[in-house]
Amino acid sequence: MKEINSSVITDTVARLAIEANRQLGEDVVRAFESGRERERSPAGRDILDQLLENARLARKDAVPMCQDTGLAIVFLEVGQDLHIEGDLEKAVQEGVRQGYSAGYLRKSVVSPPIAPRKNTGDNTPAIIHTRIVPGSSLKITVAPKGGGSENMSALKMLKPAEGWEGARKFILETVEKAGPNPCPPLVIGVGLGGNFEHSAFLAKKALLRTVAERSRDPGTAALEEQLTEDINRLGIGPAGFGGDVTALGVHIEMHPCHIASLPVAVNINCHAHRHKEAIL
Amino acid sequence: MSEEKKVFLSAPLTDGDVTALRCGDRVLITGVLYIARDAAHARLVSLLNEGKPLPFDIQGQIIYYVGPTPARPGSVIGSAGPTTSGRMDAYAPALMEAGLKGMIGKGSRSGEVREAMARSKAVYFAATGGAGALLAQRILKAEVVAYDDLGPEAIRRLEVKDFPVIVVNDTFGGDLYEKGVAEYRRP
Repeated sequence: MKEINSSVITDTVARLAIEANRQLGEDVVRAFESGRERERSPAGRDILDQLLENARLARKDAVPMCQDTGLAIVFLEVGQDLHIEGDLEKAVQEGVRQGYSAGYLRKSVVSPPIAPRKNTGDNTPAIIHTRIVPGSSLKITVAPKGGGSENMSALKMLKPAEGWEGARKFILETVEKAGPNPCPPLVIGVGLGGNFEHSAFLAKKALLRTVAERSRDPGTAALEEQLTEDINRLGIGPAGFGGDVTALGVHIEMHPCHIASLPVAVNINCHAHRHKEAIL
Repeated sequence: MSEEKKVFLSAPLTDGDVTALRCGDRVLITGVLYIARDAAHARLVSLLNEGKPLPFDIQGQIIYYVGPTPARPGSVIGSAGPTTSGRMDAYAPALMEAGLKGMIGKGSRSGEVREAMARSKAVYFAATGGAGALLAQRILKAEVVAYDDLGPEAIRRLEVKDFPVIVVNDTFGGDLYEKGVAEYRRP
């Protein structure tokens, strides 16, 4: 049986947290560049130029691209034939603690969530989603998520009769209501189906895709295309100053659901679309 | 930033500086800014409610809504872009009443805040959300002046040079977000 020591997990999580905050993915950089080509608003083009320069500086100077270095969301896919020496969850939390300290990242977690809301001082606890999968590898994804965009996210339990049109209307309303607040241009994760908590999880998971990577299901991919068009007609634009590039990508994940239900969850991500992964 | 319609301002601001601005103006600020966000605002407003003095003289000042990342050794400050301003809406009118002339953040303000801006002659600027590495380069000096216990939420006094912002809400009811969306929205 393959074995890994939990200290390797700690080191990996720490490294991924730092890299995610300093090195914007090439997919996002390309999305800024192609957005700049089609943006009609001069103010919007100006914002996209600033974001490209910001990403370049963050990488070059090894500083976080944004001051909100996020709540650390960690996805683990644990192979069922893998043996981990030590405590897996503790190892992940320790990785977050070390990464946020060594990387000069901001500590943005308070406890309890109501007064006195004291900063925990090390950005823990991270939110950990673990799945057991076949095989003997461990896949770790660290996705630091900013508060401004998370605050604009929403979930609704629709009536099945409302169908895709109802879901589409709710998604558009959520993006429109968010306006300039979540730092557009956005990446939008949508979870459709499942149940209350699973739709929210799917919306988050949808954000792990490469920007504008379409669903493997052709029907879902067509809905993503349509929704991207619809959102980009809202006129919000980069930074919300008005323009054509409001969404860099819309990613939909679907799941079967109860005969009485149609849950839809919208997880909004800012343009700092951060996630890094490693396979051990 | 592109070069058209650029206004140079030195902070702190006068009533004359503020009333000359219109929504959409691109402004480069040189001078002093104070950093404060959620927790610091709650403390400032409780001091005002108790009739106690604030930890800094707020007359004519600009508050920048930001919680920076820690400075690396040898740097002035870490990444320092704006946070969402709406969370400070509950506190902003009292601070404008006390002399605050400008706010820098990102995102929309409430009707109450916009009315208070017209009444107290204050202006709301946006800096580019998420451009924290870029904006930090315009910050020459940073020192904690109060509430060190709040960590990233402590009040800091900044000295900035050519800090790039855009006027979102002026003292005449103009709103850049509404104007921009109306111009680019397609049926």
